[in-house]
Formats: sequence, structure tokens, C-alpha cells
Amino acid sequence: MTRGPRLLVENLALVRGTRRLAQGLSFALESGQALSITGPNGAGKSTLLRVLAGLLAPAAGTVSLSGVDPQEMAQHIHYAGHAEALKNALTARENLQFWSALLGGPAGLTPQQALERVNLAHLPDLPVSYLSAGQRRRVALARLLVAPRPLWLMDEPSTALDTAAQARLAELMEAHLSGGGLIVAATHSPLGVPAGELMLGGRP
Amino acid sequence: MSAALALFKRELRIASRAGGGGAMGVVFFLILITIVPFAIGPDLNLLSRIGPAILWIAALLAMLLGLDRLFLGDHEDGSLDLLQMGALPLEVVIVVKCLAHWAVTGLPLVIVAPLFGLMLAVEGDGLAGVAASLLAGTPALTLIGAIGAALTVSLRRGGLLLAILVLPFTVPVLIFGVSAASAASGGTVPFATPFLILCALSLAALALAPFAAAAALRSRD
Repeated sequence: MTRGPRLLVENLALVRGTRRLAQGLSFALESGQALSITGPNGAGKSTLLRVLAGLLAPAAGTVSLSGVDPQEMAQHIHYAGHAEALKNALTARENLQFWSALLGGPAGLTPQQALERVNLAHLPDLPVSYLSAGQRRRVALARLLVAPRPLWLMDEPSTALDTAAQARLAELMEAHLSGGGLIVAATHSPLGVPAGELMLGGRP
Repeated sequence: MSAALALFKRELRIASRAGGGGAMGVVFFLILITIVPFAIGPDLNLLSRIGPAILWIAALLAMLLGLDRLFLGDHEDGSLDLLQMGALPLEVVIVVKCLAHWAVTGLPLVIVAPLFGLMLAVEGDGLAGVAASLLAGTPALTLIGAIGAALTVSLRRGGLLLAILVLPFTVPVLIFGVSAASAASGGTVPFATPFLILCALSLAALALAPFAAAAALRSRD
């Protein structure tokens, strides 16, 4: 098992518009650990993930990955949000080829291998617009495999997935963690892998 | 470098697939050019005198037509978040996207403008002048438009706002574009003077617009 970096979050405050969602949020995640963020709708789960990804600036506090230049942190993070980042006009293979070239870093699986891992090996040349919601989500998950990055930030990763695909997702997460990776996932249902829990409070 | 090339190829591929809207600008350009003689009447001298200006205004409007989609698709499907997190700086992403957008919307106008100019009784040197000035000036339109597109990307129905924001800033390009195109078909001003200023406008836009657009995209919520 290789050692990955360690995620350190210190004294983070989240603000959305004028609403203060959380403050004084601190946690550390060691290589090989997963964290599931729970809480009611609107509690700030997605906001926290976007702040961790560097897409939103925190109101206060810091996020760091050990051994990684803060300027280059985003290049060590996979962000799998609600939107799948797939182009409808392109095929699943073309979408994955593009993200593999663009995300860069060390070589991961080929698009075909990645599609096999999510049980979509039979549909590489179909435009993504023809795929069902669950299949699209699986192509989006395959993106995490074509460019290896240590920290996976996942927003409701099991949305639209059937039971078999959820089990496959759990296997993928298991493999990522045992390779020294880190996962932070916002979720309402059990993650499928052993994970710590961070409960964000929400006001009704 | 390979990442930039992959992005360029992807943009062209999306534009060429169904619903990409690649040919829409050219068709709009043709329609604008076609209705002008109907409105003005069959006065060939008048048409050939104002032809370069009509061609430039039509090109400006045709370029504006697809600009609101420059970042909108990537914003809506979440690609923009990932482009922001890639190894390629966002400024470079914007330059590549503008280049691809120009190749799909601006370059076809440069190619068909001499042909459509014939419908406005623009002749010989004038046609070459229009094509050359469009070649030098349309990149500035795309790049200035990119700033507007980045500012309005998270707004619903931002297209009209984009036009209102961008059009005033395209006035210098229009002035020197038309004067270069007119100078080519005769007149007291040498062709090179407005043409070089037009080139300078495009280069200045290339130097400034990517940073402005990147700042706007980073601050979207």
C-alpha cells in the first residue's frame, strides 16, 4: 500500500450568500481514509465540497494536502459534482479521452478499461445523450479512473445508480482507498465503505 | 500542449456534431447581406460605397450570435469546474476556446465575405480589403466577447445582456475595420494605416481578454 497525502482542514467557515452554514470546522483525513458528510438539505454539504476543491473561497480557515503546493492543489483532486461534465454530442469514449488528456498527471486506465470497470464496455461509441441517467453517472465515475488523483470529492455519488452499480461503486472506492487515496463524499445513504462521519447542522 | 490540443479538437468536434450551430453564423450573415439591397434599393453606386460597412456590421452581428454559448455549455454541465481544476491554466483554456470558436464562427465569415460582397456591388480590391480586415479584426470581436460571455455565464437569459455589454467595446474594431475595408477600394487614407491599428486591437484583446475572462469565470458562484 502506497502512502498518499493527508488532507488537513483547519477552522473552516462556510458562507453561502449571507447565510453562515458552518464555522470552526476542523478535521484531518489520513491516506486510505474516507469521510462521509451528512446533514439535511441545505446544510452546506455541496458548499463544503466545492470549498475543498478550491472552486469556492472559504470565508475563513485553510484546506491543505500534505506535500502539495497550495497553488497546485486542484490538480490532486477529483471533483465529481451533481453535474456529470459530459458532452452530449460526444461519445463516452471521446468524453473520457478528452478528460484524460486535459486532467493530465500520471497515466491512468485507458477509456476502454475505465468503461469496463463501470460495466459500460459495450457502449463506448454511443453519444452520451443516448445514455440513461445511471449510465451517464457511471461514465462520470469512469473519469476518476482515467487520470489518477489522490483525493476524490464526491457529491451524492450513488444518485441514479442501480444496486449492482452501487456495489461496483463501493468496489472502486475500496480499491482507491487501499491504494492510499482519500475520499470525501456528501451522501444521504451509507457510503458502502468504512468511513468517518461529519454531520453538518442545518436550520429548517 | 497536448491538453490544449485535446481541448481544441473537442471544441471543433462539438461544433461539427448535430446541434453544434457551426453554420448558423454564416447563414445569418447571408440573410443580413441579402436584405440590405431590398431595403436600400438597386442603387449600385450607393451599395458599393456602403458595402464594406454593411459587410462589417453583418459580420459583427453574426459573431455576436453564438458568443453567449462560449462558456454556457461548460458551465451548465459542470465541465467548467473541472477545466478550472486541470493542469492547464484557465487563461490558456480561454484562449484555446476562443481560437476554436473563432475558427468555427469568424473564419467562415472571412471566407464567404468576398462572395457575399458581390451582392453589394463591392469589387476587386474592395473585396480583398473586406476579407483582410475581417481576418485581422474578427479575433478581437471573439476575445472581447469572451469577457462578456464570462461575465454573464451564470445568468439566465444572459444573451441579450451580453450583446449590450459587448457591443460598445467593439466600436473601435468596427471603425478601423470599415475604414481599412473602404481604404482598399480607393480613397485618401492608405490601407496600411487603419489595417495595422486593427491588428493592434486584436493583439491587445489577445493580451488582455483571457485574464479578464478568467477572473470573471473564477468569481462565478
